[in-house]
Amino acid sequence: MKSVILRTASNYLLPLLLLFSVFILLRGHYNPGGGFVGGLIASIAFMLHAFANQLENTRKLLRYPPGALIPVGLAVSLLSGLAPVFAGQPFMTALWFSAPVPIIGLVGTPLFFDIGVYFVVIGITLTILFNISENIL
Amino acid sequence: MTDNYIILPIIAHLAIAVLLIFFWRKVQIQRYISVLGSLLVLGLSIGLFIKTWRTGYLTMQAGNWQAPFGITFVSDVFSSTMVLLAGMAGLAVCIFSSVGISRHRIQYGYFPIFHFLLLGLNGAFLTGDIFNLYVWFEVIIISSFVLMTLGGKKPQIEGGIKYVTLNLLASVMFLTAVAILYGLTGSLNMADLSLKMAEIDNRGLVNVTGLLFFLGFGIKSAVFPLYFWLPSSYHTPPSAIAAIFGGLLTKVGVYALLRVFTLIFIPDEFTSTMLMAVATLTLLTGAFGAVIKRNMRMMFSYLIVCHIGYLIGGLGMYTQAALAGVIFYLIHDIIVKTNLFLVSGIIYKIRGTMNMDKLGGLYADYPKLSFLMAIVFFSLVGIPPLSGFWPKIYLFQEGLATPNAWYLVVAMIIASFVTLYVIAKMWADVFWKDRPAEEAATEDDFAPMKRYHRAVLIIPVVMLAIASLYIGFCAEHIATLSQRIAADLKDTAPYIKAVLGREIIKP
Repeated sequence: MKSVILRTASNYLLPLLLLFSVFILLRGHYNPGGGFVGGLIASIAFMLHAFANQLENTRKLLRYPPGALIPVGLAVSLLSGLAPVFAGQPFMTALWFSAPVPIIGLVGTPLFFDIGVYFVVIGITLTILFNISENIL
Repeated sequence: MTDNYIILPIIAHLAIAVLLIFFWRKVQIQRYISVLGSLLVLGLSIGLFIKTWRTGYLTMQAGNWQAPFGITFVSDVFSSTMVLLAGMAGLAVCIFSSVGISRHRIQYGYFPIFHFLLLGLNGAFLTGDIFNLYVWFEVIIISSFVLMTLGGKKPQIEGGIKYVTLNLLASVMFLTAVAILYGLTGSLNMADLSLKMAEIDNRGLVNVTGLLFFLGFGIKSAVFPLYFWLPSSYHTPPSAIAAIFGGLLTKVGVYALLRVFTLIFIPDEFTSTMLMAVATLTLLTGAFGAVIKRNMRMMFSYLIVCHIGYLIGGLGMYTQAALAGVIFYLIHDIIVKTNLFLVSGIIYKIRGTMNMDKLGGLYADYPKLSFLMAIVFFSLVGIPPLSGFWPKIYLFQEGLATPNAWYLVVAMIIASFVTLYVIAKMWADVFWKDRPAEEAATEDDFAPMKRYHRAVLIIPVVMLAIASLYIGFCAEHIATLSQRIAADLKDTAPYIKAVLGREIIKP
């Protein structure tokens, strides 16, 4: 798409949207938000970049094919579920650090589970959308 | 008591699948990881089975949310047996796949999806929560749909569409039934439901919900009116995939039926008559369908439908001995049906066709292999003392003892004879008949293979054949196991106590 406005805006929107997606990711658990929504917002950021600056440039920006995020995310989620098992608790029990971290808030295994979901969603959505849009963009 | 061991057969498959995705496109490494992983899961399943056999019930409250609010995982003897059988069938198919599935399909993620499928199966067997069961069914459907269409040939897509349409319909019914159940009782935990359902006065609504469950699981396990998706889709994917489908996918529907109808809905007279009637029609339509098919794998697909009838019929009779017969048959059926499709895969490699008119002369060319295959076929038929014979005794006995079940017994006998007839006819056509002259020119893909590769194809068949022989010759072990499972199914109080962790006074 040849639009100067969109291209200029997308350069600013990409980091902004990514930041927003991280905010949504961290906001989850007790408030609306979480890994799934955050992941979708992050993929929208990259798709917008692809619309404005051609798909190849977005691929170059990402360096690795987005599909590589899928196993990483799955592994993070799986490990966060397994962590309580090593502590002698049932699978997927939420373990929390006692003191809240500044800005982020309470950190615990559910956060890591959500981070895993976040990566998987980005990986899958971008793989699908890149494949579909290869012929269109 | 919480025991994390339960989750291991599920988690191990997930971990293997994740590991396999890391090695995307590296075919050789994927083969090794997958086979080793399946071996590991089989070991874990054996461990789970032994542990469960000793203690009776293992439970785990996921996330430490106590039942009935959290998701409970329960391993009783029934579910651990199913996990064990899934582990055995999974290992056999996995070994077979490493040569039997083309490089091209492995590159597109055959092995990770295969492990996701087994993950779903193990999850469905071990969960104690009805909504969680629905989720596992979705995992199974999605991965089986990918497996079925992997490779993207036209008949595959066609079969896949039929498969996924009907299975989604079944899922919708299942989900509706879960929703009604939740509206009725406010609970999703199966043990809790079992207690709460007994107290509901509106029996009509309870029965209708039960029927919705029956429809949902019935479509998935291919019973009478809605079985047609099975024969029209199972012959399209490669044999290894058909083997895991034929051996386990319809059986997970039967497992769910057994669970739901023993724990939540106790069949009244109407329901058990309906189950027996449906079983009769399933037996007959499956058997007659098998007679007219000339494609081996289509014939096997109809035999799957036919033999589901035995399981549903036994559930309909609803006595302890009949349930023991059902469990015995289930154990025998999973092993032998998986093996049947693996055998058809080897035959396809040798002759390049599944059409019985074009096949022939296998006995002359491969006498030893034919003998191995004969064990599989005649176990299926149930020639005494092979494995299919024993459960039928239970079922016949109970059928004769149950009033008004004569039609079911007649159908079972007809189905047994038809199975014998089609298998004997297939044996004569494929193994003894001379090869049609015009077919003699087609290439044999099996003989020129490396010795090692041939062994990889044959070893899983041998493994499962040994399991079949064990079921046949050491029937008393399996009978003890089935009796114990049947007793557990009839008397659900210990199950409920294990899940809810308190004494239950049943009215």
